[in-house]
Amino acid sequence: MAMLGVDPWRPRPVRIARVRRETQDVFTWELDAPRFTYEPGQFNMLYLFGVGEVAISISGDPERERLEHTIRAVGSVTRAMASLARGDTVGVRGPYGSAWPVHEAEGGDLLLVAGGVGLPPLRPVVHQVLRHRERFGRVFLLYGARSPGDLVYRRELEQWQKREPGLPRCTVDHAGAGWRGRVGVVPALVDEVSFDPARTVAMICGPEVMMRFTVRALLARGVASERIHLSMERNMKCAIGLCGHCQYVPYFVCRDGPVLRFDRVAGLFDRREI
Amino acid sequence: MEDLHRLLEDHDFLKGLSAEQTRVLVACVENRRYRRGEFLLREGQAADVFYLLRVGRVALEIDVPGRGPVQMESLGPNDAVGISSLVPPHREHLDARVVEPVVALAFDGACLRGKMQADPALGYALTARMLAEAYKRLERVRLQRLDVYAGA
Repeated sequence: MAMLGVDPWRPRPVRIARVRRETQDVFTWELDAPRFTYEPGQFNMLYLFGVGEVAISISGDPERERLEHTIRAVGSVTRAMASLARGDTVGVRGPYGSAWPVHEAEGGDLLLVAGGVGLPPLRPVVHQVLRHRERFGRVFLLYGARSPGDLVYRRELEQWQKREPGLPRCTVDHAGAGWRGRVGVVPALVDEVSFDPARTVAMICGPEVMMRFTVRALLARGVASERIHLSMERNMKCAIGLCGHCQYVPYFVCRDGPVLRFDRVAGLFDRREI
Repeated sequence: MEDLHRLLEDHDFLKGLSAEQTRVLVACVENRRYRRGEFLLREGQAADVFYLLRVGRVALEIDVPGRGPVQMESLGPNDAVGISSLVPPHREHLDARVVEPVVALAFDGACLRGKMQADPALGYALTARMLAEAYKRLERVRLQRLDVYAGA
């Protein structure tokens, strides 16, 4: 882990090198942050000076120079962030949290399941897998969104599809007659793909209810709970396991997560109000 | 005939039926192909065919005045289409349009209902499969209705 600055409380100013519009309310920042290293699945605290700080997963290619974050404009801070442009400066502290166990998946099949803006935290895994494709067996990316207009990384999804037909399988909850892809919920795609449950590692990121349904579908296919990994989302403040804002019973999501093994949270997963 | 029997035995929906039961069904079924844009079902028409998809994909659509056809769900290999052919009043409640060229086992609805009534064991076995299929689809619709990505 390479922290941007020695003091974990102090954000380092970083320049926005490029802004890409992904959908109506989702955008990607490419940030000039040389020598910034991280593991897929980790997050940064992004600080908009004078407005506030939010935890955002890192969505880029870990082996590229530029740091990337894909952000949905959904709250006061992220809405203000949406108005920034190339050349503007934001504060970054991180990276924080646990990573996807990509090495654990080597030698077997890998199933990535994403819903909505749950794809950005899994994108670094896709980059790593494509770079070292020979290390993995069958690889699938199952991705669900609300509508065709809400699918992020549309061009990249097409490129991944060309490079490896079947890798991304997209579905949307609602569509007009012009959409030629799938319509339906993403957990249903688990039954569409052929993998060896005994040697499959699954990584899931999306709204919690979507993850619950996906876990059920994976368990029904015979994937063991210790081979299923989830990225949990909670309100994070300090990001270093001190303040307790992101407490998930025995865990702090910022420190012990966001990536957690399902068998360790299985007893909490169906419990309400935690 | 022997080919049709093998196709029936190979379809996931019918797995677990005895050889004799699938042989009885051969009398009701054809293996059909549909091109992109063709319809397996049309809303309002008599529901007289029950399909088991083998290849391809269909979109289940409902026409909404002022909006045009809205896709509710898409179905693919191993899915069943046309359950209305087995449920009174045997009328289609939506369109099923071919999105990717389809190969399907197409059962004559009246013939299939007759076989199910004549042999209660076969009738139960198929009804249990329909119920499981309907329940699976109901679960998907529940999740869709939650609109989980709205605040994600």
